[in-house]
Amino acid sequence: MEQAAPDPERLWQPAPLEPLSHPDAGLESMVGEETKGARDEGPGDGTMTENNFSLKKIEISVSEAEKRTGRNAMNMQETYTAYLIETRSVEHNDGQSVLTDSLWRRYSEFELLRNYLLVYYPHIVVPPLPEKRAEFVWHKLSADNMDPDFVERRRIGLENFLLRVASHPILCRDKIFYLFLTQEGNWKETVNETGFQLKADSRLKALNATFRVKNPDKRFIELKHYSDELQSVISHLLRVRARVADRLYGVYKVHGNYGRVFSEWSAIEKEMGDGLQSAGHHMDVYASSIDDILEDEEHYADQLKEYLFYAEALRAVCRKHELMQYDLEMAAQDLASKKQQCEELATGTVRTFSLKGMTTKLFGQETPEQREARIKMLEEQIKEGEQQLKSKNLEGREFVRNAWADIERFKEQKNHDLKEALISYAVMQISMCKKAIWDVLKDCAVLFFFCAPSGRKKS
Amino acid sequence: MLSNGSSVKDLILPNGGTPAGTASPASSSSLLNRLQLDDDMDGETRDLFVTVDDPKKHVCTMETYITYRITTKSTRVEFDLPEYSVRRRYQDFDWLRNKLEESQPTHLIPPLPEKFVVKGVVDRFSEEFVETRRKALDKFLKRITDHPVLSFNEHFNVFLTAKDLNAHKKQGMALLTRVGESVKHVAGGYKLRNRPLEFAAIGEYLDTFALKLGTIDRIAQRIIKEEIEYLVELREYGPVYSTWSALEGELAEPLEGVSACIGNCSTALEELTDDMTEDFLPVLREYILYSDSMKSVLKKRDQVQAEYETKLEAVALKKEERPKVPADVEKCQDRMECFNADLKADMERWQNNKRQDFRQLLMGMADKNIQYYEKCLMAWESIIPLLQEKQEAK
Repeated sequence: MEQAAPDPERLWQPAPLEPLSHPDAGLESMVGEETKGARDEGPGDGTMTENNFSLKKIEISVSEAEKRTGRNAMNMQETYTAYLIETRSVEHNDGQSVLTDSLWRRYSEFELLRNYLLVYYPHIVVPPLPEKRAEFVWHKLSADNMDPDFVERRRIGLENFLLRVASHPILCRDKIFYLFLTQEGNWKETVNETGFQLKADSRLKALNATFRVKNPDKRFIELKHYSDELQSVISHLLRVRARVADRLYGVYKVHGNYGRVFSEWSAIEKEMGDGLQSAGHHMDVYASSIDDILEDEEHYADQLKEYLFYAEALRAVCRKHELMQYDLEMAAQDLASKKQQCEELATGTVRTFSLKGMTTKLFGQETPEQREARIKMLEEQIKEGEQQLKSKNLEGREFVRNAWADIERFKEQKNHDLKEALISYAVMQISMCKKAIWDVLKDCAVLFFFCAPSGRKKS
Repeated sequence: MLSNGSSVKDLILPNGGTPAGTASPASSSSLLNRLQLDDDMDGETRDLFVTVDDPKKHVCTMETYITYRITTKSTRVEFDLPEYSVRRRYQDFDWLRNKLEESQPTHLIPPLPEKFVVKGVVDRFSEEFVETRRKALDKFLKRITDHPVLSFNEHFNVFLTAKDLNAHKKQGMALLTRVGESVKHVAGGYKLRNRPLEFAAIGEYLDTFALKLGTIDRIAQRIIKEEIEYLVELREYGPVYSTWSALEGELAEPLEGVSACIGNCSTALEELTDDMTEDFLPVLREYILYSDSMKSVLKKRDQVQAEYETKLEAVALKKEERPKVPADVEKCQDRMECFNADLKADMERWQNNKRQDFRQLLMGMADKNIQYYEKCLMAWESIIPLLQEKQEAK
């Protein structure tokens, strides 16, 4: 791109409000589908605007993961995983894609990108990253970050994250995001140069601290409550699901014990031998089928996890509103008290307790010149204060409007994605049942044909 | 591949479609049932039918117990009336079995369900226990009914017909069978020289057979335990979707649907686990008991042979009587040969019945499994339209 260093101020302008049915809506729904099918290494679509003049269709994929060793900040050796991000641009005419950029990033860099986005776009529900550490594991699943299955699922999750950002109408335009995809070296320095860490509102981290806000937008309060409940219920769901998976694994594996004993039994039988062998074989096949079943279910769990973390992002937006409203009310309060002070000084009546008033009483009245000076100072402060309040008000209203627009977009995305997740979960169960029925019937046929008695007579 | 070149797949699926596609919920299980029924049809004419049903609890001052109704229908001359209906309790069955063992020692007597039940662990009067026992007692009598010798036993007749069985028990009837009488007096302690190969083979077979069944029984019990624990988690899993549904707008119905679906699958699993406990385990145990009693009959046979061999040897030493074999040695030989013949015939019958029983058992379990999956399949298929439904814009 053209510019040497991005101007943070330029990027900080809240994007103009966009109608929900904008050209990128189609891409967003594609991301939803992409999430479902993201197990296969298919690239995703996003739209990028450069200079606001050209629209190029790009495909982003996190195609590989590699173990690396290096030295960390304290010069100690560490092992980490690096992920290969490939960006391709698609020519409209023939649909062919050309590799335009390819670089390696580690998880911490993704975190840095996201933290940056959180600061510069507090009104946006920023897509979440896949979990840092494996949680909700059941016994066969490893909690080790270096475990290949975990790394693979993380690779898919990181790709999903990039696709979500790329298909977001506002986030996709961000310069730092663009550089993340294109500038391997020096990117960290570039991000840090934006000074976003300083801009960050540390109060956002204090999740449970309460701020007494008199006139919050009721919708945000409700939404914050909803996001808390959503987080709680999805966590519960994931915990129980992990236990269910564990137990189901146990059921299937014990069936595997049948295989050997049926085989041994069949060895001493004449006519029944083949039937018993078939039964034993069936049990072995059954026992080994659990691995695929649970792998598919893990994918479903990942989809739920994404929305567990999304709930956190939603909560952050609501929190931001709360804090802005709080600041606004505090500023208004401060202004009101200054105005009152000014009035009292001007009219000579003391209604409010003030330190000046007390010292005046103790040490004698101040001179008219002193009083004039103070009034002047206050008037200036009041003027400034009024300006600030006006702009804070404007900011606040702008924030509410923009945030609510993104929240509506998010709600639709969430409903769509979760429905798709439930559908594919149901489809998974259906195909599992059908396969199980087929396997039983198939092995029963052998049982029937080879277990047929040689003679019908019983006595 | 079957002999006519068609594959099993083509034969089994009525629609002939791909396994993933077609079979409607009713078809797989009913197909299996059809296969089973064909087998049960016996071309033979029967003249004796016995059924055990209608368990009833009796509460007396000294004890509480269950009686079962025994219904007999027969055209045999041994029965005065064409139909009988009597009530018997477990100890009556036990008496019958002992009498049969005494009076027909050369035959294999079917087993009874376990006599002793650990109080406190199992409820002797629960519906499931009583029903399981009833089925086993019914099987016991049917096996005797099907036996060409045992079914004509006088004790069996008395059991089926007597109004007051206790009176008969006190009488202690005389035993009439020739072999039975003499076998009773076999003291044992004779050493066996040459066990015929076929009986040695039967003995080894029964040892391994009982061992394998025991292992299968243990595995089955473990599976049931694991399934119960899985069920506990499922019962918690389903309702969480309901809780979630209460938070949502557009997703409320789909989530509630999933919750109900999981609930249905849980119920289906519970039914499957119950079936395993009620139908599968008892048959395994019954055959283990059968093997045990058969082994003791084999031992008796060995004793009879041993006695004959010993007596024969003793005669061989007394050179004077050589050309003519003494009467009692001849009797021993008869005894042994009768025993061997009876046992051989019974073994063959037993093998046939065993094969039938196990085929039915395994097919039955397969059918129950199919039913379970069909129920789950139906549950999940029914919510797909619900999940795909587009809600009107609010």
